[in-house]
This record gives sequence, C-alpha cells and structure tokens, in this order.
Amino acid sequence: MTAIVRLENVAAEVGGRRLLSDVDLRVDAGEFVALLGPNGAGKSTLIRMLLGLHPVAAGRITVLDRLPAQARQDVGYLPQRRRFDPDLRVRASDLVRLGLDGNHWGFPLPFKRNRTAAERVSEVIELVAATAFADRPIGELSGGEQQRILIAQALVRRPQLLLLDEPLDSLDLPTQSSIAALLSDICTNQEVSIVMVAHDVNPIMSYLDRIAYLASGKAVVGTPAEVITGPTLSALYGTPIEVLHAADGSLVVVGQPEPPAVHSDRHHSDGHHHEYDRDPRRPHSH
Amino acid sequence: MNSFPSPHLSWNVVTDVRALLEYPFMVQAFRAGLLVAVLAGVVGWFMVLRRQSFAGHTLAVVGFPGATAAVLIGVSSTYGFFAFSVGAAIFISMLPNAGGSRSAESAVVGTVQAFALAFGFLCYTWYGGFATSIGALLFGSFLGITTSQVGALVVVTLLAIGLLAAIGRPLYFATVDPDVALANGVPVQALGTTYLIVLGLTAGAVSQITGALLVFALLVAPAAAAQRISVRPHISLAWSVGLAISIVLISLTLSYYYPYPLGTFVTTIALLTYLIVRVVRR
Ligand SMILES: Nc1ncnc2c1ncn2[C@@H]1O[C@H](COP(=O)(O)OP(=O)(O)OP(=O)(O)O)[C@@H](O)[C@H]1O
Ligand SMILES: [Mg+2]
Repeated sequence: MTAIVRLENVAAEVGGRRLLSDVDLRVDAGEFVALLGPNGAGKSTLIRMLLGLHPVAAGRITVLDRLPAQARQDVGYLPQRRRFDPDLRVRASDLVRLGLDGNHWGFPLPFKRNRTAAERVSEVIELVAATAFADRPIGELSGGEQQRILIAQALVRRPQLLLLDEPLDSLDLPTQSSIAALLSDICTNQEVSIVMVAHDVNPIMSYLDRIAYLASGKAVVGTPAEVITGPTLSALYGTPIEVLHAADGSLVVVGQPEPPAVHSDRHHSDGHHHEYDRDPRRPHSH
Repeated sequence: MNSFPSPHLSWNVVTDVRALLEYPFMVQAFRAGLLVAVLAGVVGWFMVLRRQSFAGHTLAVVGFPGATAAVLIGVSSTYGFFAFSVGAAIFISMLPNAGGSRSAESAVVGTVQAFALAFGFLCYTWYGGFATSIGALLFGSFLGITTSQVGALVVVTLLAIGLLAAIGRPLYFATVDPDVALANGVPVQALGTTYLIVLGLTAGAVSQITGALLVFALLVAPAAAAQRISVRPHISLAWSVGLAISIVLISLTLSYYYPYPLGTFVTTIALLTYLIVRVVRR
C-alpha cells in the first residue's frame, strides 16, 4: 500500500525560527490521524506544508507520491478560521460549489446549468446534513452550520486526503461528536484519509488510527494509547504530566502548559489568538 | 438652435426624453452614461463583495490631480483621469497586504488622498482657471463629452468587462474564501492586483461623468443594494447593472431639466435607491 502522506525528517521554520524538527509521519489510505499540541506548536504550519503553501525547511514531504503543491487537486482543505463576515451575501451552497470548480477560469453563465456539478454539490451537502440551511447566506449561519458547510466544501471534489484544521472548533458537544462520527464514516466508507488538527482529542478518540503530538519542537507519533500517556507526554514536554481516565472513558491531561484533552471554551478574538481555559483540573463532561 | 428652449419636465416621459435626444450633446452624454453605468455596476459589485470601497474611493480621488495636470500640460483630462487612477491602482497593489481597508496602509492611503486633492487644486491654480470648470472635474458634468471620450469609454468598458469575464469565477472564490482558494490553486494575489487595476480603470472612467469625488456613489450604491436584493450572484449582478443604468439615465434627464450638477442627482438617487432597498429587504 502506498502512503497517502509521507513526512521524512521534516523540519518547519516560520520567520527564520525553527518550529519543528525531525518529524516522521506516514498516513495510509483510509486512515484517520489527529495532530495535537499546544497553541503555537506548529500544527497549522504543518498542514500548510502538506498543501505546499509553506516551504519545507528540511527533509521531505510527499502527498499521494507527489510534491505537496502538485497534489492539491486531490486534497480537501478546511483552514483554521474565523467565522465568515455576518454581512457576506453568499449562499452556503455557492461556497460548496466554489470548492468544486471555483478555480476554473471564466464566468459561469446562468443559462448553462451544469447538472452533474449541481448534483454533486447537493449530494455532499446532504452527506453533512446541511440541506436545510444550504440556501441561506453563509454569514447568517451558526458556527456549527458553517463548519458543516466547510466540510462539505472540502469533500466536494472527492479528495483522497482531507486536511482539517480544527474543524470541531467552537462547536457544542453533540455537534462535535456527530461531526466526528461523520468524518470517521467518510474515512472508512469512502477510503479518504484524514489529517485533523484538534485541541480536544476526546470526541475523536475512538475513531483515531494514530496521533501525532507536537510540542517543544518535536513530534511523537503513535496510537492514542501509546501517545496519550503520562510517560510519553512527560518526555515530550520535559515536565511531569499525568493522564487521568474519567468515568465516561474520556481522558484528562494534567500538569502541562495547555490541556489538550480538556474541553476549553475558547473565544475568538481573531484568527490566531485564542483565549482558553487554562485550568487543567476542570473536569471533562459529556 | 443655439439656445435652450427653456426646458421643463412634463409628465409625458416619452416627449421629455425625445426632446432631450434632439441635442447631440445629450445623445453623447447618454452614450457615455450608459457605458459608465454598466462598468460601475459590474466592477462595483466585486468591489462591494471584496470590501474595497476605500480603495475604490482613493483611486477615484487620485484621478483629480491627473485630470488637472493633464489640462495643465495641454492634453485631455480623460487621459489624466485614467493615467493617475490606474497608476495608483498599481501602486496600491504593491503595498503589502494590498487593498485591505483595515490595513495599516489605510492611514498612508488616506493621506495620499488628501494630498491628491491638494495637488490637483494646485495644478488648477497654476493654470489660472480652466475651460473645464473645477466643479465638473470634482462633481461631474454631462456637457461637452466628445466622441473620442466616448470612444475611450467603449474601449475601457470592453477591456474591463472582458477581463472580469475571464477571471470572474476564481476572483469570486478568492474574494469570499481566500484561504481555500489559494489551496485550490487560485492565484489569489495576482487576481487581487488585476482586479485593482480594473477598479482603477473604472474609477477613471466613471470620474468623467460623476466627477472624481462622487465616483464612489455609483460604484457602491447599486452593488450594495443589489447584494441585498439577492444572494444569487447572477441575479444580484444583473440588479447591480440595472440599478446603475437607471440611476445614471434618470440623473442625466433631471440634470438637463434642472440647473444642478449631475453629481448631485447621481448621489441623491443612488443613496435613495440603497435606502429603499435596505428598508424593503429586511
Ligand atoms: N505569518 C507568520 N509570521 C510569523 N510567525 C508566524 C506566522 N504564522 C505563524 N507564526 C508563528 O508560528 C508558530 C506556529 O504557528 P501555528 O499556526 O502553526 O501554530 P498552531 O499549532 O496551529 O497553533 P494554534 O493551536 O494556536 O492554532 C506560532 O508561534 C506563530 O506565532
Ligand atoms: Mg493552528
């Protein structure tokens, strides 16, 4: 089986500063992999490297056996984002449609309806259960509704790889688990590989094949059971860290700078800065 | 016929329009107005979507010193409007984070705007008063539009609309969703630059009818109203052009019958149109 994504000794630099080094990761067809780590660890940077939007400082990245920039056609991307402007007068379904053919030149003429494209758009909107609000302006939709539309947009070209940067960000818990289930379903039934950045591993824990945990300029890769353990995380951070198992099976990480496994009600101030709950002892609840 | 038969508006629109089309200068004005309206309707639609109204206004205002400088060196103000507006578009697109109205450059660009007005007025004083009044350059006029001016407008309109037709879809994508557009291989930066140059051409063209200061009204109001009317891109684009044409035609007619500057009518009707749509569609 050929690897969908392969990183060999990869280093990442932002503004001349080394963020990550010696990252090795392989993602196979139909695998669901999470990228975890504290704010500023380089998760989004790594995703952008997989798209060929950020240079590789050292090592080698191949996506679908090609250079990242040449594989974009077969990759779906959901950026880490702010909400859409409430005043943006663009229909949600048009946004999905742009994911399909928005990169084509020309101006689509209204009387030249493309039936297959329109069908694909409504099919994928139905897949993410967004049909009810697909004709409304995107800015008027709630965060969760927007997120579903964006997942549809990322899926619409039938990509072989989905790169999702915090798709569960700012969603309520039931929506988080339903989207997690949806993604896992896409993974297994449509043989799509997913690399997904998350701050809270619990909603996706049971679906994950592997975790790449980024911190302190390094990455630890393994199954959830291997990575989310006291010893592994302690070694990664260089400080003692404990992983507690809550009664409902979810994990709570205690003692690190930022708790990735605890729900944190973060609020956006802008695209890059989050306020988050820094209390690691706050119990996790479902 | 060398004097106006003291025109007044009757309630018979057909007679009114027929009366003013008997004058070649009015026919010329309607031709120019139509071209400018179509251009403003289409280019303004993208401008409103891209939130580049500030850039649009700047490009128009910069045309004013272009026009006065052109007259000063003895060429048509038409060339001055175009040269300066397009030049400014190229300049702004080279600034980092080009065109964003919230960017730090907005302070610089605002200062340039003020300087442009002052410099334009300086050229005017040097020349010691023009045949073309300064009021016309700033607030618009429909008198004395030449055939070559209309010719230039035809070329610019075809060029701008042709360009937008070629890049329309990726430009729309890059506008509403730049991150994903970039990841899908859309040349977001290059499209932004191209659009800004088209906006410069448009500002230069519209200035010749509405004057440099009032270009804004024709670029913003029809497009913003149209985007309220429909979220479907084709329908709202059609509305934008339709409203722009109506605004210009009504303004030209009124300014023939009433002795007020053309720009006053354009801005008043544009504002009213937008307000009515805002009230009705909400
Ligand atoms: N354009 C930029 N210029 C300079 N530094 C940047 C830029 N983009 C990101 N960085 C820096 O690179 C580092 C990694 O950023 P990145 O967005 O990859 O982090 P992340 O792991 O995704 O964090 P978060 O959880 O907050 O999304 C941060 O320290 C950030 O400040
Ligand atoms: Mg990030």
